[in-house]
Amino acid sequence: MATATFRVWRGDAKGGKFQDFVMEVAPGMVVLDAIHEIQSSQANDLAVRWNCKAGKCGSCSAEINGMPKLMCMTRLSQLPLEKPITVEPMRSFPLVKDLVTDVSWNFRVKEQIKPFRPRKPDAPDGTWRMDQKDVDRVQEFRKCIECFLCQDVCHVLRNHHLYDQFIGPRFFVYAAALEMHPLDVEDRLKDLRKTQGIGFCNITKCCTKVCPESIHITDNAIIPLKERVVDQFYDPLKKLFRVFQGDK
Amino acid sequence: MPEIDVPLERVGFGSTSRSDFWWVAPLVVFLGLGAFVVYATWAGLQGDYYRFGPYLSPFYSPELFGSAHAWFGPKPGWWPAWLIWSPAILILWAPGGFRVTCYYYRGAYYKAFWADPPSCTVGEPRKYYRGEHSFPLIWQNIHRYFLYLGIFFIGDLAYDAWNGFWFNGHFGVGVGSLVLLVNVILLSGYTFGCHSLRHLVGGVLDRLSRSPARKKVYDCVSCLNARHMTWAWCSLFWVAFSDVYIRLCAMGVWHDWRIF
Repeated sequence: MATATFRVWRGDAKGGKFQDFVMEVAPGMVVLDAIHEIQSSQANDLAVRWNCKAGKCGSCSAEINGMPKLMCMTRLSQLPLEKPITVEPMRSFPLVKDLVTDVSWNFRVKEQIKPFRPRKPDAPDGTWRMDQKDVDRVQEFRKCIECFLCQDVCHVLRNHHLYDQFIGPRFFVYAAALEMHPLDVEDRLKDLRKTQGIGFCNITKCCTKVCPESIHITDNAIIPLKERVVDQFYDPLKKLFRVFQGDK
Repeated sequence: MPEIDVPLERVGFGSTSRSDFWWVAPLVVFLGLGAFVVYATWAGLQGDYYRFGPYLSPFYSPELFGSAHAWFGPKPGWWPAWLIWSPAILILWAPGGFRVTCYYYRGAYYKAFWADPPSCTVGEPRKYYRGEHSFPLIWQNIHRYFLYLGIFFIGDLAYDAWNGFWFNGHFGVGVGSLVLLVNVILLSGYTFGCHSLRHLVGGVLDRLSRSPARKKVYDCVSCLNARHMTWAWCSLFWVAFSDVYIRLCAMGVWHDWRIF
């Protein structure tokens, strides 16, 4: 069996440091397996959040060799084992202990987004009719597992800490899923522009790169929302059309 | 907006735990875009060697004023004597503006030229950040207007490519004809895969199924849009190469081979 060195962040909100753990690795192992092995044999007090171990719960988000990833979906065979593998908590959220961060800010942000508001029912029995083609587009956004890796990698949060002005890529995806829904009639564009800070996104596509569900966050959610904001607030021709059409 | 509980530490410029060659991609973008801007500026200011036989350099098309073939005649008399003259100056701002405000290029040059960020999870040099939320970068929202101009340029360059197959009134194919044909194909792939166009043709609608024709156009634009970066780089390289080819032929350095 080969051996590998795992350089794991140990500490809490007051401070911490990396600690090296050397262990044997077997074919097929993922980083979360290694962390569990370290936890059981070398550091019983190592804190790590995990649940499904199948890339569907979004709990084991961390930064592996500096890139946000799910520990359960990162195979050791994908990593250069000749060098120490760094495993550290998400840097955009307050640290609780070791690899566990407090992501509760995200849940508070979600409450700020206007919920789904459907149009009047299409049929007398109170049901609606939707075309599959129209639902397909928003279906991609429903794959989100809320691992918050996209929030972690976004430099607007990570480097500039604009938590009070910017909701982050996860919630642009969430807003896009609602805003583009064929039944929804709520208007979120004003909020997206004014209080949720879509203009702060400068399209670096880091969120798309780290998404474990391969959601095209930038191309399919953020840019279409930016274009809708342009329609509503910045395009003089569109404004003119709305005047002639009698819209506000 | 809710605030976060604990003030987080900012990392310094270039600070990262990444062990890969994260700096390669922004460096390649810096060199590629930088080389193009330098060459396009130089070529656009030359004002000469931009025509050869039926070929017209894409940097000079449409030629509004300049040579005997120009749309509106020779250099205008009102042009200030102290200002350098070249027919390209009158038109290059439009395709240039289209590229500068393009969603792909924005993300690329913010990283490569402004280190904002240098790469994903790499520390930045500045603490202050406004993004595209306010002046001056809020003007990037003008992109769709450059798109309208860009579509006009595609029509113009397609006409040039067609003209490139006619030698003294006879149909023929030279290497330059194919160079201009490939140029307009690559530029079309880039222009018609534009994010703004994708929005305008159908993305704006929540119930696209009620407009089958727009749905088909939206699908086509989406298909091109999925490779927008590839189209952007290929078309950027080829438009510069087209100018190089015609320039060197006009200077007598290269010979334009006639295929038939």
